[in-house]
Amino acid sequence: MGAAFDTIAFKASLCDGCGDCMKTCSEVKGGASRLAIVPGAKEGGFELAICRQCGDPKCVQVCPSGALAKDGDSGVIGWDAQKCVDCLLCTAGCAYAGIAVDPQAARVAKCDQCDGDPACVKACPTGALEWRRAGSLYREYGDKEDLFVPGLSGCQGCNSELIMRHAMRKIGRNSVLATPPGCIPGMGSVGYNGKTGTKVPVFHPLLTNTASMLSGIRRYYDRIGRKDIVVMALAGDGGTADCGFHAVSGAAERGEKILYICVDNEGYMNTGMQRSGTTPYGSWTSTTPVGEHLKGKTQDAKNLPLILTAHKCRYVATASTGYMEDLYEKLDRAVEASFEGFSYLHIYSPCPTGWRVPSSKVIEACRMSVDSNFVTLWEYTNTAGLRFTRSPDNPIPVVDYVRTIGKYRHLDAGQLAHIQAKVDEQVALLKLMAADSPSPPAAHRAPGGGEAPAAAGSLSGPLRQEIARN
Amino acid sequence: MPEAKYLLVGSSHAALEALRSIRQFDPDGAMAMLTQDTHPPYSPTILPYVVSGRSRPEAVLLRDRTFFEANACAFVPNARAVGLDAKAKTVKLESGETWRYQTLLIATGAAPAIPPVKGLDGVKFHVLRSLDDAKGLRSAMGGARSAVVLGAGLVGLHAAENMAEAGLSVTVVEMQGHVLPGYFDAKASERIEAAFAGHGVKLLLGRKVVEAAALDGGHSCRVMLDDGKAVEADLLLVATGVRPAVDWLDGSGVAIDRGVLVDEAMRTSVAGVWAAGDVAQAMDFHTGKPALIGIIPTAVEQGRIAGAGMADDPYRKDYPGGLPVNTYRFFGRVALSIGQATATDGVEVSESDENGYRRIVLADNRLVGYASVDQPFDVGVMGELIRRRVDLSQCKDTFIARPADTGRRLMSEQWR
Ligand SMILES: Cc1cc2nc3c(=O)[nH]c(=O)nc-3n(C[C@H](O)[C@H](O)[C@H](O)COP(=O)(O)OP(=O)(O)OC[C@H]3O[C@@H](n4cnc5c(N)ncnc54)[C@H](O)[C@@H]3O)c2cc1C
Repeated sequence: MGAAFDTIAFKASLCDGCGDCMKTCSEVKGGASRLAIVPGAKEGGFELAICRQCGDPKCVQVCPSGALAKDGDSGVIGWDAQKCVDCLLCTAGCAYAGIAVDPQAARVAKCDQCDGDPACVKACPTGALEWRRAGSLYREYGDKEDLFVPGLSGCQGCNSELIMRHAMRKIGRNSVLATPPGCIPGMGSVGYNGKTGTKVPVFHPLLTNTASMLSGIRRYYDRIGRKDIVVMALAGDGGTADCGFHAVSGAAERGEKILYICVDNEGYMNTGMQRSGTTPYGSWTSTTPVGEHLKGKTQDAKNLPLILTAHKCRYVATASTGYMEDLYEKLDRAVEASFEGFSYLHIYSPCPTGWRVPSSKVIEACRMSVDSNFVTLWEYTNTAGLRFTRSPDNPIPVVDYVRTIGKYRHLDAGQLAHIQAKVDEQVALLKLMAADSPSPPAAHRAPGGGEAPAAAGSLSGPLRQEIARN
Repeated sequence: MPEAKYLLVGSSHAALEALRSIRQFDPDGAMAMLTQDTHPPYSPTILPYVVSGRSRPEAVLLRDRTFFEANACAFVPNARAVGLDAKAKTVKLESGETWRYQTLLIATGAAPAIPPVKGLDGVKFHVLRSLDDAKGLRSAMGGARSAVVLGAGLVGLHAAENMAEAGLSVTVVEMQGHVLPGYFDAKASERIEAAFAGHGVKLLLGRKVVEAAALDGGHSCRVMLDDGKAVEADLLLVATGVRPAVDWLDGSGVAIDRGVLVDEAMRTSVAGVWAAGDVAQAMDFHTGKPALIGIIPTAVEQGRIAGAGMADDPYRKDYPGGLPVNTYRFFGRVALSIGQATATDGVEVSESDENGYRRIVLADNRLVGYASVDQPFDVGVMGELIRRRVDLSQCKDTFIARPADTGRRLMSEQWR
């Protein structure tokens, strides 16, 4: 496998220039800060100078003393204080000021990512700095066996294919898989000509009975003493939220020990992009067209994972391929929970074909959906309740996300306001439910030194009523 | 006859980078690196630190045997090339051995240029280009009380500082009116000159050595200056510049001006032969004309491009032209320059004497040069602004007032 590394990411829109990162860095490292926040082009905006740990580092190439080298395991460009002769040629190699002169020491200083636990990120109060560990996931799992055949016939840029391959790679061969009608069997999981498209037993239940069939399979395995097998579904939102819902609800209520993964692309995409129960308000679909009268779907989506929490399942979680670290951790917990009770993982999956998103922008869409709170990342257990795994505070406006998606192109101001209000309402409800669990570390406060975002307890009257009605 | 698909002559920055670049595209094509040196690769730039004792000679080597094994490259030391037969595609060594190549990289760098000074050939003098030179200078320094250095370029000044710090009484003779001409303007140079004077180094600027003679049976020497004065010293270092090492190419048909002439792909005039580094005369970024810019950043970039061409890598990039870059430390202080830092004609110059000295040179609202003393700046950031010809008209005042922050900002915007 090629190299991929963890990285410190910077989101300029969240930075308010407080300087906590620099203060912490210089305290921890003793000397000048190895990252620099600098004023941006716009008043109140900021930019960052930091070592990007380049893949083809010029600083290393021009060093005459052999003092700089890229570590093959961590990807960090290390600096050897002993070998360095302070000639500063490295600073001529770096176009980002990632290696710069510490005026006090009169030597260069550069970021070493604090051995994989960067202090600046922990100190950042707005979430502008983020430690992304997708690189180590890739390195850890990249070599694991892919349990699908190479040639699945998904659309170009299909996010669901990504989810299937990642999920099965992580879960491994000791599993039995159900893929009810939808894109997943459609692109070939159930195979052709008597051969399956997977390297694990796979079957193709009806759209309506997936959870029931899995219940039976699990019970049989239990009976013969095979308690180690993950009995699971990779189902679409239609087969979960609509036609298959009674079976899912029943299995959840009975606490069947299965792992049910819903890949939610917000509609019946493989049959021609019809609306489903999880299609969001305002979306264009082939059955909610945009014309003189209709302007896309007129109803809100049902929040399926939230409905599952009402079943008091062993485990319920949401995830997005925009945040792989989070997805992988949840896969772990979901598998574990599936040996104890009903385990439900809802993964949001933008569809380049049906949503009119360029295939190159799918992951960007995933990230923006989360960053705007259109999608919230959380998990629930029937013992600990609900907790956010990514802070919903300080989101970007939903319109920024919606504007990147073709199926929302027609939306007018009123519809946009409706979507934003719906998102705010859902987040407020989740915050109520999460009131007992601490928020994840990043983003303790809004950029600009503002107050902490309103706590769940201080919700205004009408919103509270609205939530209560829901 | 030994043979290589890729034959690299020289074992320094340009050749090493070509090796890397070739291996990115062709993991196992037969490769050999020939060098006249007896040591594994090291950088000439490290030599002042060997002279001062800061770096141990065995600790400055840039690659070891494992590296060459891992990269499937035969490393051949003590192999001085003396001739090139471009028709037969062979390189002849001093030992008489002949190597055949499919593609050849000329990366023999530069060698000290010895000025035609009367009597110099009868005097024992030092130069500083190889590890053995550095060891020789270091040991000679130990037994000397005084030194005279010809030339106040990078090499001369580095060595002068080394020797002054070691307690020698040092005199530097420079033809030009200032030290480090070309990199720094007079105001910047004056600060550097003052530092040397402050450390007891005598700078004789605007002076030429016209004659040299051995004294004391060769244990010391005297140099005569063009003003009739004489300087005596135990040690003589000649550092009056370098000349591309092209002697071995005589009669090969490879076109040479002052260095080996190359095109934007680092190809020489002869098919199958590339050149990179100090030996090459490649395009200058500003003038678009062939120029000698003997520094590591250009050697590295040219080496990479040449390697890509030799391996026929379809993603080879054209050489954008070389920019002079200088990061110079003297007595713990810092002087930096990049681009046309001394330009005066047709440019807009902003100088500042606050907290050190800086000189920003703009043309058509774009940065073309930057130099500073005692005020470090991000050389690579400024270099990128120059190379990309970034239009600064929107932020010129801010840039001039706060160049570091503004430069960092501009680069951060390019890539987060
Ligand atoms: C004292 C000193 C200080 C310097 N300081 C700086 C600095 O601060 N910044 C900067 O950017 N640059 C500096 N330089 C210049 C820099 O070192 C050179 O630009 C760089 O080394 C050029 O690399 P190169 O590979 O082209 O050639 P070189 O480094 O010159 O290497 C040439 C190689 O070819 C070999 N060779 C030569 N002739 C033959 C032959 N006939 N047959 C076989 N092998 C041969 C040599 O042994 C050597 O391995 C300095 C140089 C010196 C000497």
